[in-house]
Amino acid sequence: MSQQIAFTILVLLAAATFGVLTWRRLSLIRFGKAENRFDHLARRAWDMLLYSFGQKRVLARPFGVNHFVIFWSFLILLIANSEFIVSGLLPDVSLRLLPDFVRGPLLLLFDVVSLLALVAIVLAVVRRLLFKLDTKYVKRRSVEGFLILAFIGLLMVAYFGIHGSEIARGQEPLKAWMPVSSLAASLPGDGAYGSYFWWLHAVVLCAFLVFLPISKHMHIMTAIPNSFFARLDKPNTQPREEFAPGNTYGAGIVSDFTWKDLLDSFSCTECGRCQEACPATATDKALNPRQVIHSIKMNLLANASAVKAGRQPAVPLIGAEGEATNATEAIWACTTCGACMEACPVLIEHMPKIVKMRRNLVEMKSEFPDELLNLFENMEQRSNPWGIAPTERTKWHTTMEVKDFVAGETEYLFYIGCAGTFDSRQKAVTVAIATVLNLAGVSWGVLGKEERCCGDSARRLGNEYLFDQMARQNVEIFTSRKVTKVITQCPHCFNTLKNDYRQYGLELQVLHHSEVLGRLLAEGKVKPNRQVTALGQVLYHDSCYLGRHNGIYDEPRRAIAAMTGEAPVEAPRNRANAFCCGAGGGRMWMEEGVGERINVERVGEAISALQAGPSTVCVACPYCLTMFEDGLKDKGVDNIRVMDVAEVVAEGLRPSLN
Amino acid sequence: MQIVACIKQVPDTTQVQIDPVTNTLVREGIPFIVNPYDTHALETALRLKDESGCRVTAISMGPMNTEATLRKALALGVDRAVLLSDRAFGGADTLATSNVLAAAIRRLDDEEEVCIVFCGKQTIDGDTAQVGPGIATRLGWSQLTLVDRIVSIDLDQRRLRVRRKLEGRHEIVEAPLPVTITVVREINRPRYPTVPMRLLSQAGEIEVWSNRVLKMDVREIGLKGSPTWVSRIFSPQRDKGEIIGDGVNDPVGAASLLVEKLLSKDLVSL
Repeated sequence: MSQQIAFTILVLLAAATFGVLTWRRLSLIRFGKAENRFDHLARRAWDMLLYSFGQKRVLARPFGVNHFVIFWSFLILLIANSEFIVSGLLPDVSLRLLPDFVRGPLLLLFDVVSLLALVAIVLAVVRRLLFKLDTKYVKRRSVEGFLILAFIGLLMVAYFGIHGSEIARGQEPLKAWMPVSSLAASLPGDGAYGSYFWWLHAVVLCAFLVFLPISKHMHIMTAIPNSFFARLDKPNTQPREEFAPGNTYGAGIVSDFTWKDLLDSFSCTECGRCQEACPATATDKALNPRQVIHSIKMNLLANASAVKAGRQPAVPLIGAEGEATNATEAIWACTTCGACMEACPVLIEHMPKIVKMRRNLVEMKSEFPDELLNLFENMEQRSNPWGIAPTERTKWHTTMEVKDFVAGETEYLFYIGCAGTFDSRQKAVTVAIATVLNLAGVSWGVLGKEERCCGDSARRLGNEYLFDQMARQNVEIFTSRKVTKVITQCPHCFNTLKNDYRQYGLELQVLHHSEVLGRLLAEGKVKPNRQVTALGQVLYHDSCYLGRHNGIYDEPRRAIAAMTGEAPVEAPRNRANAFCCGAGGGRMWMEEGVGERINVERVGEAISALQAGPSTVCVACPYCLTMFEDGLKDKGVDNIRVMDVAEVVAEGLRPSLN
Repeated sequence: MQIVACIKQVPDTTQVQIDPVTNTLVREGIPFIVNPYDTHALETALRLKDESGCRVTAISMGPMNTEATLRKALALGVDRAVLLSDRAFGGADTLATSNVLAAAIRRLDDEEEVCIVFCGKQTIDGDTAQVGPGIATRLGWSQLTLVDRIVSIDLDQRRLRVRRKLEGRHEIVEAPLPVTITVVREINRPRYPTVPMRLLSQAGEIEVWSNRVLKMDVREIGLKGSPTWVSRIFSPQRDKGEIIGDGVNDPVGAASLLVEKLLSKDLVSL
């Protein structure tokens, strides 16, 4: 009786503390800005099943099995732990009320699952001791991490202790279903230790409950809803902003983020997979996506009272680096490649938060790296990043016959893009694409001098005001010229026309040139005239905005294979896990003075995948092309060429072109 | 005390072409920009405002569409924008232009004392570099041209010290206020407007002063007040470059040949 009273008090205290602490944190989410994540409920439910209960992303890595075991053990043992609490409060109510043919298998399940969880916990401890994956503020070998593992481990040990004792004392008729507990029963002491284990279980369970909401292990509660509310569209398409007097732009204080951004920060368990995937982190830049999410959480907690009262928070969100403050350099180091989001098991959206902070710096404070001033003015005044006179957009037309796009007469608009128009190396790719299209009899035309920059760099760099102007102009041109089908040369144009302009009510059928070439080859509209062998081994490098952001992986590979007769060589990190060239997110236009250059790192990876001797890196993006050529020069490598997929295809069609 | 920044709207000269038949500038469809040197003059004025709290007034002479240029100045943070626009001002050379600008500055000075006038060293369309000095002469003020640094400024003692960027040397000079300063691009990096300021500037007021306001003698302004006029514009014939060496088969030889050429023409020195 006294045990029942003591337990009741303990449980009530723990439950109340858990409730207060959980509310204190989670209620802060209400102070984030509104955002609709309640559409397409069925798709959301499916994502939740897949990513949370199916642990899809977790299992993408070998050690993820360990987490899968702990996760499912936790879910299954919720039944056992609920019984423990209920029967502790009301001794007459327990699973013993169930018929033996139900309780027996359940006991077997609990026994096996507890043992598996115990093994997984031991492995997790060993892994933490062996491998370090720390940031300045987030440590893998944190007291917190070990404490949680200890709690779970002790719960399993206590479970076997309690049930072993019952078996030893002959109180468990279904002991045949409990192989592990039966082993525990053979311990000396004839089960007299039962009450110690029972109290150990009670205390640890309550401590776990209280510790949960104040630790990173809060993800137990938030990760599942977070996967339900995850972005269904491509997350690289940032939301529009409304430009009106009195509005503020981007995220300058933590409450400028949306409620989902804040929920993200509570869903992070700091596993570090984003950090391992990030090209900026890998090359010693200030940016670490794990720290970005951590800092948002810490900032929210540090400024909780100010946020609640609607006052200006004391701890800055952006500024000199701190646990709750993002270093300004970190925000500018992002290539928006999306590798962090691809890696995150709980579908946290890192990159849009970085863009939101960039927006605040650019639009509210006019603070950005010096190099960007020229870029912004060039894009605004001359609608291209280099500031070249727009009248020169048709200069490349001297190399071949180019027709204007005329709705009704021309099927596709070939949107060349600034690089394909002005960059001398990239102009060769433009000609290669146009030549193949002509050969296949595709009807295409251009906007010529009327073509303008798509605005991708402006948007990723947080200059949404400028992007908005450029997008409106382009949407107007596309609409008035009655454009419906577009072929783009650059994956960034592709993504912007396809995904960003949709926000302006423009639904275009946009194809990247590698898709078009892949299709023309598959449909037999063009046929290789000879096997391209002069290139040596060909490695295909995935462009982030083509691959990860838009899911186009196979068409360029197939096009290459059709020409060379064999599948292209893969870099160690490829397809969805490909490593960025370093030029996305406006990084193309910025200096890279800290650490190893991202393109040099990627070039090194490509070299390691290729056999010695002349070979080729094949790309599908003007930025990647520039970055690879520069990286190879940096490394002093002169027997690897860089070619666009279109150039490889044109090479294979060559005899028929003559 | 107030500071005046003189800015001019110019055609984006990288996009200007010369009509080969008529030998005149083809200006149709060419966008206008703020004269790049003037953006640095404006920035210098705005930095002084940030430090001392002086008011900054931007003035510009030109047709009514010059309003766009003055709105940019408002977006960057000037307190007041005045457009000097009148048919009678049209066709002005540098003398007539400086007459109008000086008259406007005098008028501003009557309202609130003007201590410094900032101009770009020249415009990219006319390239005369005469208007800044012209204003100083008309006003009877000191003129400090080609300034690349404001060394110190003492509003109480009414003195200012600047560095001038000259061919191969710098010069530190001091002058009493009021003063007219023309700046070179090295002086600063112009700021970029914030979005709230851009939106504010769209609704901001641009005062328009015609000759009814300035009441100038028509013989001093516009075409009539201009002793110089442009008789002809043409593209000079340029010598074509030459291809030297064999960059494909002998890049090292080609490079040393190039260095030799550059050295012999005194374009680089060792």
